[in-house]
Formats: sequence, C-alpha cells, structure tokens
Amino acid sequence: MIVRSAIPRKLVDFGVKVISSLAALLGITILAWILYEVIKRGAAALNWSFFIHLPTPPGLTGGGVANAILGTLIITLLATLAGVPTGLLAGIYLAEFGQHSRLGSLVRFTSNVMMGIPSIIVGLFIYTLLVLPKHHFSGYAGSAALAVIMLPIVARTTEDMLRLVPNALRESALALGAPRWKTTLQVVFRAAKTGLITGVLLAIARVSGETAPLLFTALNSPYWPTSLNRPTANLTVTIFNYAMSPYTDWQEIAWGASLLIMSAVLVLTVVARVALKEVKK
Amino acid sequence: MNAAVNDEPLKILPYGALSPNKKNPNSSTSCEAAAPAAIQPKISTRNLSFYYGNHQALIDNNLDIAPGNVTAIIGPSGCGKSTHIRVYNRIFELYRDQRATGEVILDGENILSPSVDVIELRRKVGMIFQKPTPFPMSIFENVAYGLRLHYKLTKSELAERVEIALKRAALWEEVKDKLHRPGTALSGGQQQRLCIARAIAIEPEVLLMDEPTSAIDPVATAKIEELIESIKSIYTIVIVTHNMQQAARVSDFTAFFYEGKVVEFGPTSQIFTNPSNKQTEDYITGRFG
Repeated sequence: MIVRSAIPRKLVDFGVKVISSLAALLGITILAWILYEVIKRGAAALNWSFFIHLPTPPGLTGGGVANAILGTLIITLLATLAGVPTGLLAGIYLAEFGQHSRLGSLVRFTSNVMMGIPSIIVGLFIYTLLVLPKHHFSGYAGSAALAVIMLPIVARTTEDMLRLVPNALRESALALGAPRWKTTLQVVFRAAKTGLITGVLLAIARVSGETAPLLFTALNSPYWPTSLNRPTANLTVTIFNYAMSPYTDWQEIAWGASLLIMSAVLVLTVVARVALKEVKK
Repeated sequence: MNAAVNDEPLKILPYGALSPNKKNPNSSTSCEAAAPAAIQPKISTRNLSFYYGNHQALIDNNLDIAPGNVTAIIGPSGCGKSTHIRVYNRIFELYRDQRATGEVILDGENILSPSVDVIELRRKVGMIFQKPTPFPMSIFENVAYGLRLHYKLTKSELAERVEIALKRAALWEEVKDKLHRPGTALSGGQQQRLCIARAIAIEPEVLLMDEPTSAIDPVATAKIEELIESIKSIYTIVIVTHNMQQAARVSDFTAFFYEGKVVEFGPTSQIFTNPSNKQTEDYITGRFG
C-alpha cells in the first residue's frame, strides 16, 4: 500500500480556508460600507430643524421631518400595544397549555410561516381589509400591519423563553397550591422576564424599519399626525419618497432619516442581545 | 387561618398500632379491634398503580404513613420512589401522559377522586424537591407567596408568619437582615431550607421530600437532617432518599421499593437490622442498587 501524499489535502484545506475567509470578509465589508455611507451622508443632514420642523416644499430650505418621527413613534407604539400582549398570550398558550395539542402545533406552524411572509404581503392584506373599504389610507391601518408582523415574532420568542424555565419551578409553585395561571404569570413569567423583554425589543426593532407594509396603509403625509384616521407621516415612507425625488435637499433628509432609524434599530438590537446573554448565562 | 401554629409535638405512634389492611380508616364497621382515632394512618395507599404512557411504573402499592413520623422510601434508581410520593399531591397531573389508579386515602378521603380540590390538597400536602427551587423574588416574598395564596393576612400577620416559618426552617438567623435580597442569591443549602420554609409556612399536615439533600453538600445536608428532626413532630414527613444512612438517621419507618413494588415496610430499626426480605437485605448491604 502506498500512503497518500498529504500535499493535495493540505492544499485543498488551505484553499477552502482562504475562500471562506474572503466571503466572510466581503459580508463584513459591505455592512461596514453601508454603515459608513449612512453615517457620513446622514450626519450632514442632522440638525436642529431636522428634528423640529415640518417638511418644506421643494426649493424651500430648512425643512425637517418632525412629523414623520412623531408618526413613526405613534404607529410603532400602537402596533406594540396591539401585537405584544396578543403575542405574549399566544406564546403562553404554546409553551404552557398547548405543547402537545393539535391546535398548539397548528399555531406554531402558522407562526413560523407568518414570520417568513414578505412584509409587503402583510401590507396588501391590511390594505384590502382596512384601507379599501374606507377609501382612504390611515395610521391605524399602518399600526395593524406592523402588529401583524410583530405577533408571530413575539409569540415564538415568548414560547422559547418560557420553555427555558425548568419544570421544577412550575412544579414548586403548583405544589404550593398555586393555580396554573398564577404559576405562569407570577413565577414562570418572572423567571423568564429578561428573555421576554428581549423578544419584545427585537420585534419592535424589526418593524421599525418596515416600509412596504406602511406604503399601502399609513402612506405618508406632509402634516403633523393629528389623527390616525388619515394618512400618517412616518420615517420609512419618507425615506422612500425623498430618496426617489430629484431634489438634493430632500435626498439629504432621506439620508438623515436613514441614519436615525438605523441608530434606533442598532440600539434596540444591542440592548436586546446584551439582555439575552444575561438569560443564557 | 384555620389552624394555629402548633408547636406541640403530636404523639409518636408505634408502628404496630397502624392497621395496614384496613380499607377505610374512618369506617367504624372495621373488623379491627376498635382502633382509636389517634392511631389511624395519615395516608393509606391502596392498590396504587402508576403509568407513564403505556409504561407501568408502580404496581399495586400498599403503604401506610404514620402521622407525626418520618417515613423514608428507599430503593435503587428507577424503582418508583419519587413516582410514588408524586401521587400524594397529584403533582404528576402537570404531565398529560401520566396517570394513577387505585386509592390514596388522606384523612379518610381518596385524594385521587376527581372531586378533590387539588389546591386545598396541596395546601395540606407540601413538597420539597431534589433541586432547590427558589422563586425569582426576594427571600421574604418566597415564603410569603404561599401564604398569600391561601390566607388573607394583614401585613404584620404576614411578616410574623414568614418569621415563624424561617425560624422553623432554621434559616432565620442567616437571612433576617437580608429578607429583601433575591432568594436565588443564597447558597444551595440555604435555598433548600428556604424552600422548606416556604412549604411549611402554609401549615401543611404532610411534607413530601423528594431526595431533598441530593443536590447539596454534606454540611448543608446535616443541617437539613437536623431540621427534619426538629419539625417531624409537627408534620407527617415522607422522604425519598438514595442515601441509606440518611434513611437510617432520620426516619421512624422505612419502605423498600423495587421495580415499582413495595417490597418491605416496617420500623426503620427492623428494616436495617433484621430485614425479612432477601432483596431488602441485598440492597441494604450494598449488594445491588
């Protein structure tokens, strides 16, 4: 028997190492490039009037996107108020009551599918449901679309976090004579608190960058969001409109708005990740 | 509060006084020579079988637990010791593929009957688990949790109850200055005593202990054994243990389980010095298990 030479094996090994390192480097480079461009161009647009003024018509300088910032905050808040409690309850059902039931696996499967649905389809769904019948766009419809996107994310993270709580804790509370609902809400929930907050933060971070579902629902507006029953200004659709416009000052504002959203999402994600690390410890 | 804290030890009963074959300890038509009420077993298990799905883990268990005594359950791993006591408070019902058949009579009532309120049952029958399970809340709140579930108490009554429970669990001196600290910050042995305090705070009549010292060090174990000694006159204690020395030290009666059956049951001294069954003897002398 002739022993195979080690040289070809080592060459292949080296080749694979180089190619995969290059691929990883490429990914990081593109991400860094995006961050760099957004920060460089966005920072130039950020000034006082950006935060406190309404948009101005093309040609007039000094406009801001205060209405869109406020609008995004309101729409996201409302979506959170609707999507988070529903998601938490669905997650409780999945982890505590319906682990092995048919309905449980159906809900779990549906949630997984919903998480993969392109957000533009959720936008179209709410459009046919809430915009078409009323013949006008509205902030409510925007919140509804975002809530639909949040729901499965919150439900699944809630389920995962509750599952991390050892059964011994449930048994101890039950053995003390606590009814099941108190065991869940007062003991298991408390033990999973950090993880649950993380899930909620990640869900908020996810929807705060969504544009497609708002395009068909909240649309946009140059005015203050005085009523959610009308088209409502928001940052992502503003970025979409302004970036496509031929006016350089609008394009600049779009960069500023991008930087704002990116920073907000970054902060939310980092906070959530740090909290998650605490849980896994 | 339907029962005052009872510091008076109950009468310790001789084993012979228990009548293991009686169906219903309250039945006056029993053929046993009119046994006085005081010597009825606290818990009588009759033909108890238990199933995990299709697997039968307990086979026709019959066992009498004497009130105000410590009964130890010993036997090799997987023999059904824990399974047996997990029927006494119906905690197994958390899992839908587990079921029990037969009767477990507590104070004359079959606790396996669907009409029994499990919450009231679990107030009467407390449980300590293998691993300490402090709730994610303060030391005070851990003990107060069960009290709040079952009793309407004023703030000062609550504080008083918590103190009594912690004193009984021999933990008060170590935690009295840090009651607001999280229960999880205590050491393993302290956590287990906290769990005992939490369980006895609601004044159960029976205390089930499922290998309560298997996860903690020898010094902490000694403390818990002392604690068992000091509270055994107040509660009826059933302790599952892997440690035969522990069974010999803390218990008055010992049941030896093997392959889901109660092989031998009697006073601890008799089981350990003069077992009548060959399997018991082999296990106790360390020939298997």
